[in-house]
Amino acid sequence: MSPLSRREFVAAGVAAGAGLVIGFYLPHRGSANEVFSPNAYLRITPDNKVTIVVARSEMGQGVRTALPMILAEELEADWKQIEIEQAGASTLFGDQTTGGSASIRSTWDPMRKAGATAREMLISAAALIWNVPRSSCTAESSHIKHAASNRSLSYGALAGKASTLPIPTDVPLKQSKDYKIVGQRLPRVDSLAKVKGEAVFGIDYRVPGMKFAVLSRSPVIGGKVSSFDDRDSKKISGVSYVGKVGDSAVAVVADSVWGAMEGRRVLNVAWDEGPNKDFNSTAAIAAMRLVSATPKVASLYSAGDVARITGRRISAEYLLPFMTHAPMEPGNCTAHYQGTKCELWAPTQVPQDCRDSVATASDLDPDQVKVNVTLMGGGFGRRLEHDYAVEAALVSKAINAPVKVIWTREDDMRFSTYRPASLHQLSATLDGLGFPAALMHNLVAPSISGQKGQPTPGNVDPDLPDEAGPVYGIPNYLLQYTVTETPVPLGWMRSVYALQAAFALESFIDELAVAAGKDPVQYRLHLLEKDQDLQYFTTTWKTARMRGVLKLAAEKAGWDKPLPAGHFRGVACFGCFASYMAEVVEITMENDQPRVHRVVAAVDCGQVINPSILEQQIQGGIVYGLANALRAKITIEKGRVVQGNFDDYAPLRMEETPAVEVYAVPSAEVPTGIGEPSVPPIAPALCNAIYAATKKRIRALPILS
Amino acid sequence: MADITLRVNGSEKKVSVSPETPLLWVLRDALELTGTKFGCGAGLCGACTVHVEGNPIRSCSTPVSQVAGKSVTTIEGLAASNGLAAGQLHILQAAWIAEEVPQCGYCQTGQIMSAAALLAKTPNPTDEQITKAMNGNLCRCGTYERIRKAIHRAAGTVERPREIATIDQGKKRGNGGAQ
Repeated sequence: MSPLSRREFVAAGVAAGAGLVIGFYLPHRGSANEVFSPNAYLRITPDNKVTIVVARSEMGQGVRTALPMILAEELEADWKQIEIEQAGASTLFGDQTTGGSASIRSTWDPMRKAGATAREMLISAAALIWNVPRSSCTAESSHIKHAASNRSLSYGALAGKASTLPIPTDVPLKQSKDYKIVGQRLPRVDSLAKVKGEAVFGIDYRVPGMKFAVLSRSPVIGGKVSSFDDRDSKKISGVSYVGKVGDSAVAVVADSVWGAMEGRRVLNVAWDEGPNKDFNSTAAIAAMRLVSATPKVASLYSAGDVARITGRRISAEYLLPFMTHAPMEPGNCTAHYQGTKCELWAPTQVPQDCRDSVATASDLDPDQVKVNVTLMGGGFGRRLEHDYAVEAALVSKAINAPVKVIWTREDDMRFSTYRPASLHQLSATLDGLGFPAALMHNLVAPSISGQKGQPTPGNVDPDLPDEAGPVYGIPNYLLQYTVTETPVPLGWMRSVYALQAAFALESFIDELAVAAGKDPVQYRLHLLEKDQDLQYFTTTWKTARMRGVLKLAAEKAGWDKPLPAGHFRGVACFGCFASYMAEVVEITMENDQPRVHRVVAAVDCGQVINPSILEQQIQGGIVYGLANALRAKITIEKGRVVQGNFDDYAPLRMEETPAVEVYAVPSAEVPTGIGEPSVPPIAPALCNAIYAATKKRIRALPILS
Repeated sequence: MADITLRVNGSEKKVSVSPETPLLWVLRDALELTGTKFGCGAGLCGACTVHVEGNPIRSCSTPVSQVAGKSVTTIEGLAASNGLAAGQLHILQAAWIAEEVPQCGYCQTGQIMSAAALLAKTPNPTDEQITKAMNGNLCRCGTYERIRKAIHRAAGTVERPREIATIDQGKKRGNGGAQ
């Protein structure tokens, strides 16, 4: 075993998408404190405490449980002894972004290696102490055992010795068949605190002497503060400060949230409404049909030559509106700016970008900004943005005191970053049996990253490679992306472009099956019957795995069995975030509206880490996706977002929630995404069921518009 | 500003606030009971649900003056209000853990308060009764199915408290039960 430097270890461990890693962290070594910390993810102390550091943000998706399970598996740790620590913004872990269904994918290797490295060093430590061969020692339940002499030492007892040893490289990793922790339905580590009301979310965090602030922001997108009159605000008890934040907001600071809200209610701001005062989202979406003289087009996937194929041609167009995330915990952030430093308590999905955004906005260096990551009451992509954090830092700087900025629900709806509206033009040329010999999908939408000034090489929005794969091995296939522009602030909302791509493709495939007079499941299986590897950017989609989930969902749903009178089914399958998903929806129609009774979901996401969390993610994604399909629509009139609260942007309630059955294909393949893949198929599956019931095709979401 | 006295989780509390201040902000800011959550400010989501004289109310849209002199129970006092000792869980809290209900967890304290009010009046609710009682509580993580299971589990274990004594998370073994 050759020693590996800390920097190399971390850099090697976070190869998946990691940026620059600076190894300034020095593990505690030597006998001075006898802490064993061979890497930044793990600390073992002589009191037998095993602390695992989670470098992703917990927003309900279970990373505080699932990621430590991976490390604990390789460490051969006693799960009951594990303590979890949340990492703040750091340089130790590579990119800490929590999004893109990537937390498991991007930490699978580093967490396994971190655990296995420690395990091997603990074995070495015990072998040295006992003066026996390493091969005669085994690791089990946070102990190293020597069976021949019936001796055993706890990890805590070995911590001091292990911390003096060189860090090995090329440590052996366990086989899936030997897993004891990974694959188990272990309870989440934070449920107790959450049911007792003791879990501290961002909105709950308190700093001594902290003030509260709410902001009045330009009601028109892109507008600016012209002037403001704070006389009435300052009459409200507890209001201590009113002042501009940037160009387009005025903050009201008080010693209570309610005082700040009341102060804002009576604040008079004159707005310069700017260039978008006549913007109307309905007209803007319709205008996406008008191809500009110089369209920005990118080919995302191409097979064969769609133009060469002749035959019966079917075309359809699909439309999706702007949507917003609406996590239960409204936006907030707590900041304490102190001249040469600023500390934040931030519900953030990207602690490092939070740090950098605040540093830029408040004229500090990034290393003068400390970001503590709090629990999040949902994220769904909204907390990839750092408007809350920048506001909090600027208000704290202005008042020279710690402050918590709180957004109301109306603020959350009206000043969000929205899922881009999109237009989809699909056409297919059918062969003699009614299957597509050629298929073309033109996805027309603005680019989220492009609008934010991030690179879009070849006009390809960098999200599309993970979210709009080809699914079927159609011999002549063109998937292209046409970039549009919009003044509407855009953001990444759970499943991002996959929701749009799947709605269009899987509705259209259903239309083709109907045109061919074939069963929708059999029709899809025919398109997937040949084993093919479909190379789409860096992902190799396998038709065999898609076929597997489709067959599993159809079988578990009893697709071939008759339904009760008045019940109808729809199906859809899709692949995104490297996972395969198929869903079967069963509905009745009541007063021309669908009632969803049952959803059967099948997933192939490789090795399952925690089946209970997997089921939660899929059930939750389907409930989220049903709300998107049925009602989610943000409209903008005269530059102003119309919707404001849960009455006009209504999530699913218990009465509308179907039973969701979840089946995972048993697999030892590398684990892939699970937070988002269940969302995209539900809207087309539901619309396909509505077609089965009514012969009415829904080509624009939301369904109940 | 007015001095208002209310009884919160069994203790008398005097606060000095403007009388129209919603109870939610009095609980969270003045009394530092942050288990009660802000979700919508309009009585639409139920995250702020507490009990006043045993009845579930939306604290975000209830002026504190309306509850002057009354008895308020929040999630922090739910177990004690059912006669349980410190550290013990209400049967619903234990059932929530057993069914692994929480995802982000933000809405769950409000969900539990609504469910507790339901079980107090309807010890063995039907699915329809659960839906009716819980329909005002939103969850964006989509935990509704497990919430329903947890309420049934709690209802089923009212007469058999010993069974839930083992469904704690390991750290506080023995404290998970209702009795």
